[in-house]
Amino acid sequence: MLKSCLLALLLWLTLQMPVARAAEMPASAKAQHLLNRLSFGAKPGDLEQVNTMGIEAYIQQQLDPSLAEPSLLTAKLEPLETLHLTPYQLLLDYSPSLQIRQFRQQGLGSISQEQLNAVNAKAQVVLQQATQAKLWRAIDSPHQLQEVMVDFWYNHFNVFGHAGNSRIWVGAYEQQAIRPHVLGQFRDLLGATAHHPAMLDYLDNWLNTAPESPGARPPLNGLNENYARELMELHTLGVEGGYSQADVEALARILTGWSYCGIAIRESNREASNREIPDNGFCFAPRRHDLREKLFLGQKIPADGMAAGVAEGERALDILAEHPATAKFISYKLAQYFVADEPPAQLVNRLAQQFRATDGNILAVLQTLFKSPEFWDETVLNAKFKTPYQFAISAIRAADLEPSNLNPVLGLMRQLGMPVYGCETPDGYKNTEAAWLSPDAMLRRVNWATALASGRLLASPATAPANPADPSLSAAPVDGQKLLTTLGGSVSPKTRQVIANRRDPLRSALILGAPEFMYR
Amino acid sequence: MIKRRALLKFAGLGLAAQTMAVGQYSWAVRPAQSASQRSAQTQQTGKRLIVVFLRGGIDGLNVVAPYQEDRYYQLRPTIAVPRPAQTGGLLKLDERFGLHPALAPILPLWQQGSLAFVQACGSPVLTRSHFDAQDYFETGEPGFHNTEGWMNRLLATSADVSPIEAATIGATIPKILAGDQPVANLPPGPNPLQPMALDRLPIAQAFDQIYGGDDALSQLYREAKATRATLRATFAADHEELANNGAPLPVTFAVDAAKLAQLMKRQPAVHLGFMALGGWDTHVEQGSSAGRLATLLGYLGEGLATLKQELGALYAETVVVVMSEFGRTLHENGNGGTDHGYGNVLWLLGGAVKGGKVYGDWTDLDRLENPRELPVHTDFRDPLRLALQRHLGLSERELAAVFPGHRMTQKLDLL
Repeated sequence: MLKSCLLALLLWLTLQMPVARAAEMPASAKAQHLLNRLSFGAKPGDLEQVNTMGIEAYIQQQLDPSLAEPSLLTAKLEPLETLHLTPYQLLLDYSPSLQIRQFRQQGLGSISQEQLNAVNAKAQVVLQQATQAKLWRAIDSPHQLQEVMVDFWYNHFNVFGHAGNSRIWVGAYEQQAIRPHVLGQFRDLLGATAHHPAMLDYLDNWLNTAPESPGARPPLNGLNENYARELMELHTLGVEGGYSQADVEALARILTGWSYCGIAIRESNREASNREIPDNGFCFAPRRHDLREKLFLGQKIPADGMAAGVAEGERALDILAEHPATAKFISYKLAQYFVADEPPAQLVNRLAQQFRATDGNILAVLQTLFKSPEFWDETVLNAKFKTPYQFAISAIRAADLEPSNLNPVLGLMRQLGMPVYGCETPDGYKNTEAAWLSPDAMLRRVNWATALASGRLLASPATAPANPADPSLSAAPVDGQKLLTTLGGSVSPKTRQVIANRRDPLRSALILGAPEFMYR
Repeated sequence: MIKRRALLKFAGLGLAAQTMAVGQYSWAVRPAQSASQRSAQTQQTGKRLIVVFLRGGIDGLNVVAPYQEDRYYQLRPTIAVPRPAQTGGLLKLDERFGLHPALAPILPLWQQGSLAFVQACGSPVLTRSHFDAQDYFETGEPGFHNTEGWMNRLLATSADVSPIEAATIGATIPKILAGDQPVANLPPGPNPLQPMALDRLPIAQAFDQIYGGDDALSQLYREAKATRATLRATFAADHEELANNGAPLPVTFAVDAAKLAQLMKRQPAVHLGFMALGGWDTHVEQGSSAGRLATLLGYLGEGLATLKQELGALYAETVVVVMSEFGRTLHENGNGGTDHGYGNVLWLLGGAVKGGKVYGDWTDLDRLENPRELPVHTDFRDPLRLALQRHLGLSERELAAVFPGHRMTQKLDLL
């Protein structure tokens, strides 16, 4: 009792303390700031809309998870047929390794290079469609905060999508495990990623096997602690979250047998063949589960037989999601993404309190964040350096382009070291200035802005090589005057001065390539 | 917000200074400042340092393997590399250690005495997180989370500040080079000099105005233009060859190694180089003499051999350090891979290296206190410090600035 009184007093004192640098940004800049942080940047009309509906109403609209996708966008995504497939369907129809194996099993001899290319090209289609959908949504969706949160959470729960079966799964992973939960409960998001074949494959947990269990056989001979470690270090507690190597091993044991359908079914016993395949593609392999009692983060997970393996894992995810270190770690990352590279500790603490008070309700945490004085502090205005992805999407949005060819966007992402779905390491892409600002990147951004301003860059169809006679190549340059209206006060006086006597496309190139447009 | 960067001085960068001088905007073309003696000496003698970082934690126990120890073979039933003279066996280095056979391209360097290893080397602060461990190697201050890399602090000890004293291959600036001193980053791949809109004068003039200020972005923009001008001058003659006509190297790493070597050879101002190679986090089926690790080592070996070849005579004046954030478990895991461990092997190449020797204390695997992983007997900063001191000629005061708080833990006589 005394302790909680003291805590309450401390809290009260903290809240009463004057916030350093408490100057609020000018009212005229607020709408721009909001669009910079809650969306991938203003499209024509956005600024007007926020000014008309008001700051608070815009925030609430963006936080409303029921906001529907416009029919035009839905229609555009419709032909991307692989977006609607479950991981198991994708595995059966598109997995290169599975097809190569089937080919061999059918006794058709060795696979030719041509056939191998065809198998790989088929898998590549799935990745292309996923990439297309991701970019189109980021560019076009009016539910911008959701797209921004997809970017945030995908990187938090990153899966490298350019190798093996990941190519066929990252799209489904984003669609099924990330997207539905970006504003929901953290525990649901954590659970969905933990069960998804893309994650099980990427961080090797599908191989994680209790040594000498009845299901153990090469190459599934024993523990693999890769996922268990990153689950704590990167997804929940953070590296300073207070876990030990013993906890890593305990968690790896708890998660033995967590696998995906296909592999789990083949190795399971006879009744497996008519087992129902869940939509998320998760299949548990009980015969590979560790039967011992585990001690995980100080809590006993009793030995309860093979079948209890799923429940043990769920229990571990509960423990992790409820852990105070997780609340802190997630809050830090959200504050870093939305406020500043080095977010104020007081803000992080308040967000963590809200996280714990709401059992990890992401929407509630964001409500607190967007209301916080730190979010509206004038020092954070236009002070976050855009990642290459944010830069490209914001330029396309500001220029109001309808890309029919996304290859120049993907090319820029590769050049700038941020290929889409291409972060090899599980920590995902960072969103800080230190990570992305380099001399070479500055030249490439300016160069790309100049190409984009011509109006032609994304206009030609991806399939045909550039042909001067192509009518789409006569696309009008980006309208600099319109850009100035779209971006409002965020275009600096210096830029305005330099563009004063210049015409499009150089004028629009200068606006999109100006220093202030590198920031959000 | 980034700190204000050190102002550019175009000393020692004749080509770039000439090229830049034609621009009529606010270039800070300054006369050479009184360069310290050591720096001038460095330029004359052309002492170079190149760091190759292997991200992901390479399995050093299979790179330089203790083939005399039965324990090595017991702990790694499917992935241990066979003893020398057996099929797919190790390349014998000495009576204790053998080199992975995929590294045959660099065996001649060992035989010629310019390749050495330090076994059981690493960070004195234990972490099994890739990201923390890489941080420690890059900041040079294990246990702290700083934003500044030790190679950037090393740059600060030399008097000239040109944008191209240090070069890294890659789209971003790695933490090891992050800091106040300007660093050039060269795009990876065969053609760093593809035409750009900014090569056209009206466009360049307009952007030069917009980026004419004192702010950090404007400075970076100018550094980048100066670097590009230097690269164009450096590679003008064989630009085409670099782009496509030359014998294409199959591996990007070797292409980039050649590019870095050529740049260092032709531009004496560039005395620090950095490259990174990823993919070493072999939790699954890493293989033995053949397989995933062997393939990667093949790329690395080819890249290092290319680096040596392209450096030519300058190899004698160069020290190349190859390092990785931690080693891996002694035992193989349940999936023919290895998990995160601790001590690892660090490599040194170059004319100044007293090669042909494996340095550092070693404890036999069956006598280890912790049977999970190699211990760290040698602080990774020991060999680096020696390279800075004996090769680049840094003073004690400068060494203290680059590696604050570091004291030698081992007596090594490897340079």
